[in-house]
Amino acid sequence: MSLLEVRQLKVAYGGIKAVRGVDLTVAEGELVCLIGANGAGKSSVLKGLVGLVQHGGEVRFAGERLTGRPTHAIAASGVSLVPEGRGIFARLTVAENLDMGAFVRRDRTAVNIDRQRVYELFPRLAERRGQMAGTLSGGEQQMLAIGRALMSGPRMLLLDEPSMGLAPLMVQKIYETITRVAGEGVTILLVEQNANLALHVSQRAYVMESGEVTLHGASAELMSNPQIRAAYLGE
Amino acid sequence: MDIFTQQLINGLVLGSIYALVALGYTMVYGILELINFAHGEVTMIGAMVALSVIGLLMGAAPDLPGLMVVLAGVLVAIPACMLLAFAIEKMAYRPLRKAPRLAPLITAIGVSIILQNAAMLIWGRQYVSFPRILPEARHELFGAHITDLQIAIVALSLLIMAGLWLLVQKTRLGRAMRATAQSKEVAALMGVNVDRVISATFVIGAALAAVAGVLVSAYYGLAHYYMGFLLGLKAFSAAVLGGIGNIAGAMLGGLLLGVIEALGAGYIGDLTGGFLGSHYQDVFAFFVLILVLVLRPSGLLGERVASRA
Repeated sequence: MSLLEVRQLKVAYGGIKAVRGVDLTVAEGELVCLIGANGAGKSSVLKGLVGLVQHGGEVRFAGERLTGRPTHAIAASGVSLVPEGRGIFARLTVAENLDMGAFVRRDRTAVNIDRQRVYELFPRLAERRGQMAGTLSGGEQQMLAIGRALMSGPRMLLLDEPSMGLAPLMVQKIYETITRVAGEGVTILLVEQNANLALHVSQRAYVMESGEVTLHGASAELMSNPQIRAAYLGE
Repeated sequence: MDIFTQQLINGLVLGSIYALVALGYTMVYGILELINFAHGEVTMIGAMVALSVIGLLMGAAPDLPGLMVVLAGVLVAIPACMLLAFAIEKMAYRPLRKAPRLAPLITAIGVSIILQNAAMLIWGRQYVSFPRILPEARHELFGAHITDLQIAIVALSLLIMAGLWLLVQKTRLGRAMRATAQSKEVAALMGVNVDRVISATFVIGAALAAVAGVLVSAYYGLAHYYMGFLLGLKAFSAAVLGGIGNIAGAMLGGLLLGVIEALGAGYIGDLTGGFLGSHYQDVFAFFVLILVLVLRPSGLLGERVASRA
């Protein structure tokens, strides 16, 4: 059974339909990506999933219905979104940002273990733990955003454009981390404009165009699909 | 007697009360960017409720020591104000959370008028006097006088402010409040129940206001259904002076405004050759407010500028 099941998800902003009935599933332990051009509705799918925007259709996570639940309750159920633009708390310290990630957890020992793990994953964050998060570079902020999401001990991670605005070396570092986290058994839904990157790390992919899923399949197959190569891989 | 030292003491006493009220304005602004104009009235309700309890207790148990009686008044006023602020937020502001910003602002003014009129109906139009049941010993300090009450006001205010600082900086709730102030969306993504944090912010501010209301009525010896208006405006000025949204700023702004006001009142007669007297005291708060808005709109410690209503 799928960990995440999305049926006929619809999101509209006023009269504008950003997502027009998307079906999508992610199995436990899978890394699935959602690619598409700017404005295709990828981010709106993620926002709909976590209840940040009103949406129609149905979202089930681990068999439970998420639709209609408030965002904070969805976050507490084990789904963690790393928002587009990172959304770090600039006027909290790095350590406080990580603590916010573990906000709903009461088990201090487990939180401490996860904090150690995040600091091992990103030694940079350990060096800067007492610093205000707003003083970090873009790449470090992305590390912090991912680290903070991991602090919630998530069953599923939703990543919204983690490569956006980062230098190539940093993108590589972030993607290494994503692969590593996926390897540790965390289920991931990755939204990315950089189709090449996303298809390389994922097992399956969905392609979105103007609010609809137009293609989906194994990432390796999509990579050799001439349509995809022309539209998203720049060939 | 040294006028400067005396006015400095008076200013610090008044200023610590302003600071307590200013904190309520600044905390709510920090989270909702709403200027909660009803906050001054919450302070007034605190004073009125406490005075009612004090009156009742003095009638029922005349042998109780004055300090105990006042303490009982405070202990009833605090939860009363907390409940009131909780209800105000839930009924008046929450439905307007996504409305254009002017709507909650005007609503705040409306709530403040409702509270004033309700207080007038309950407690009447006349001044309610604060019974003289507290110790009134005077002490010498650097050539000036300071009363027991003044010492108590400053000490209690500082203690409460230190407690609030710890709450905001060190506790889980405080961290959630600071996170929510920066981004409600991301805070919710962390599992923070944003509505509850906003309620908590109003309720904590109201508890401080209740204490401030009792202190100010004890200090001046009276309370009045209209007292929240001027006190609220001054505390708001203090919050702006310190940088609205900034907690340390509200503390600093409150103390500073009290001192400016007291020194101004102490010297205005001499400076204008007797043309203006110390009853012009209230002018200084607004003079300072205007100066701050012109010269440093973000306030002494503030970073963000209140660009909209």
